Amino acid sequence: MQKILHINPDKCTGCLQCEMACSFENYGIFATAKSRIKVFDFHETGKKVPYTCTQCDEAWCLHACPVEAITKDKVTGAMVVNESTCVGCKVCTIACPFGTINYVQETGKVQKCDLCGGDPACASACPTGAITFVDANWTGLDKMKQWADKLGNQPSAS
Amino acid sequence: MTWAGKILRINLTTGSIKTEPLNMQWARDYVGSRGLGSKYLISEIDPKVDPLSPENKLIWATGPLTGTMASTGGRYTVITKGPLTGAIACSNSGGYFGAELKMAGWDMVICEGKSPKPVYLYINDGSVELRDATGLWGKSVWETEAELKKTLQDPLTRVSSIGKAGENHVLYASVVNDLHRAAGRSGVGAVMGSKNLKAIAVRGTLGVGNVRDPKAFMRVTAEKKKILADNAVTGQGLPTYGTQVLMNVINEIGGLPTRNHRDVQFEGAKDISAEAMAAPRATDGKKHLVTNQACFGCTIACGRISKMDETHFTVQNKPQYWGASGGLEYEAAWALGAANGVNDLEALQYANLLCNEEGIDPISFGATVGAVMELYEMGVLTQEQLGIDAKFGSAKALAFFAEQTVNGRGFGVEIGQGSKRLTAKYGHPELSMSVKGQEFPAYDGRAIQGIGLAYATSNRGACHLRGYTIASEVLGIPVKTDPLEHEGKPELVKAFQDATAAFDSSGLCIFTTFAWGLADLAPQMQAACDEAYTTEELEKIGERIWNMEREFNNAAGFTSKDDSLPKRLLTEAAKTGPAKGKVSMLPVMLPLYYKARGWDSEGRPTSETKKRLGL
Repeated sequence: MQKILHINPDKCTGCLQCEMACSFENYGIFATAKSRIKVFDFHETGKKVPYTCTQCDEAWCLHACPVEAITKDKVTGAMVVNESTCVGCKVCTIACPFGTINYVQETGKVQKCDLCGGDPACASACPTGAITFVDANWTGLDKMKQWADKLGNQPSAS
Repeated sequence: MTWAGKILRINLTTGSIKTEPLNMQWARDYVGSRGLGSKYLISEIDPKVDPLSPENKLIWATGPLTGTMASTGGRYTVITKGPLTGAIACSNSGGYFGAELKMAGWDMVICEGKSPKPVYLYINDGSVELRDATGLWGKSVWETEAELKKTLQDPLTRVSSIGKAGENHVLYASVVNDLHRAAGRSGVGAVMGSKNLKAIAVRGTLGVGNVRDPKAFMRVTAEKKKILADNAVTGQGLPTYGTQVLMNVINEIGGLPTRNHRDVQFEGAKDISAEAMAAPRATDGKKHLVTNQACFGCTIACGRISKMDETHFTVQNKPQYWGASGGLEYEAAWALGAANGVNDLEALQYANLLCNEEGIDPISFGATVGAVMELYEMGVLTQEQLGIDAKFGSAKALAFFAEQTVNGRGFGVEIGQGSKRLTAKYGHPELSMSVKGQEFPAYDGRAIQGIGLAYATSNRGACHLRGYTIASEVLGIPVKTDPLEHEGKPELVKAFQDATAAFDSSGLCIFTTFAWGLADLAPQMQAACDEAYTTEELEKIGERIWNMEREFNNAAGFTSKDDSLPKRLLTEAAKTGPAKGKVSMLPVMLPLYYKARGWDSEGRPTSETKKRLGL
């Protein structure tokens, strides 16, 4: 079963545990600036929204890369950057419609979410369930369940 | 480790910027944040210095756990000699600024002298500059943060700044970061204003990387987060209701100071409570509370985000106050509400927004308004002087005074001096509900005996956060004690004060202590920093910090006479509720407290005590 990161912004409190977990997993340090997942704070409405790569099947970044440094991990389904091949041309950052692949000036390569090889640190660190790692075919399960529950709780017509 | 090992020293008079290695011996002995910042301050300034003179210093300090994945690891402290009290001032804030400063590679920023013109400090990792802030002077905290992000072309910059109140030396001006998180008490913002320093803007990309044992640290911090999640207060009460969960509770036990402490129960408490914030409004059917919010790294998320009723008289045609913003926490709701007899939730939130926008402490402001209203009802102050009919309960007067005070207009200038100076000026010093010049928070020392002693002996003037015995006396954490009983409270107060000093110095939030003790902090400190940080060692460090602060205050001229409470709490009995007929038993508790502390009868640490603590 392929799994995917599922984000529920209503549950996000803006604690940034996910960003720290991401940087710790990839660089061994706590540095929100190096995180591949970013929490946006819309203070006028009070909304916090975590945002990261959704692993497009027909990935714009993959198709745009002139040196084929981005490949699909067959097991996790993640689009993964091969750092030894990447030349830092940044064309993928232009091609990505979502902005979730970005250049890292310290390494001269690009970085994006690779699902931590199948056990995303951000989802493990999230204290509220705003970020979960679920069956890729059933990201709608919780929402469906909420509506189903509503139906199930209707008083019987008879 | 997890100390960055570096401090920034800024001389505002000369404009010089220097990097110094952190004194690692002091770091081990005083940990960080409150303890370590205070050690630096106390070692460098004359205790008798005028707080608003260039000779005073102002320190931003992070702790070793600031900027790590330990829950609540985002705190920083602003330390100086306080203008409201003349005692050590040490105000702690959350939000994101502290962690950003740490991730930029700095444990501490020490500001000295006074800039000849308004400046702000820009820290971008290792690159540090003082920049002209003439154009920012006169702007609010909110405008300053927005303009700096625009000027620096970096929306990820974090800002710690003052508004007009700090510029105008309101004696309880705060330093505000991330729009509505504040180093709130004792007037640290006025000291910043006196130095012509408008803001610190920081961007940190280096991160925090020198954890001693990363594997152990990740394991133990995850275990401790689970304790917070499973605890009724930190896992449910605080995220759902915020600190405001206390409003009805404290009112019921007769410990909610009302109308300048004339009463101990407020008939309007339910109208300004957490429950009221979560209920649909009669006017527009919307809820006041929008959501809860976390500070950096916090898995509790007690913060309130509120939206005002756009038709309320305070904000009609003022769309700048219509968006979601920092909402009422218990202390602010009490000070702006019960302390003045005002039960209009929207008016309280308006005053609260002004406190955040221009940077003042809502506790000292609200409590000072309480004294003004009492003087007005006594006929000492008149409508002509005040510019408004200021009877207890007037939401209009509260909103008017908030506007006048943050903008430095009319009688607001006098309110900005705090209740001690104001009541003394009008011949009634006994009506200032304060200790060492700093106003009481939201608990009455007659109904909750231990907190009265904690107020009287707090090193920064009246404060609930220096020894929150409410945890034990009301909530039963870690053990329930009878709030009406004074016996055993000196030892309880000491234990809370020492443990708090250790938590405050780590970089974590004191709210974790609803679920954690020092035994939970110790393994996190050990994994992150040094195996020497056992529970016992942290307890000793807390006591060392407390005594160090006390010695500074004694040298500044405070004596045992200043460990007192207003006459009202010592002689006027509580009129209603479970504490009816009771006064504070401070005179009985204080000598026992000194004894428990190892101090002489004048409240001075004995030479044996100092030796034991390595002072």
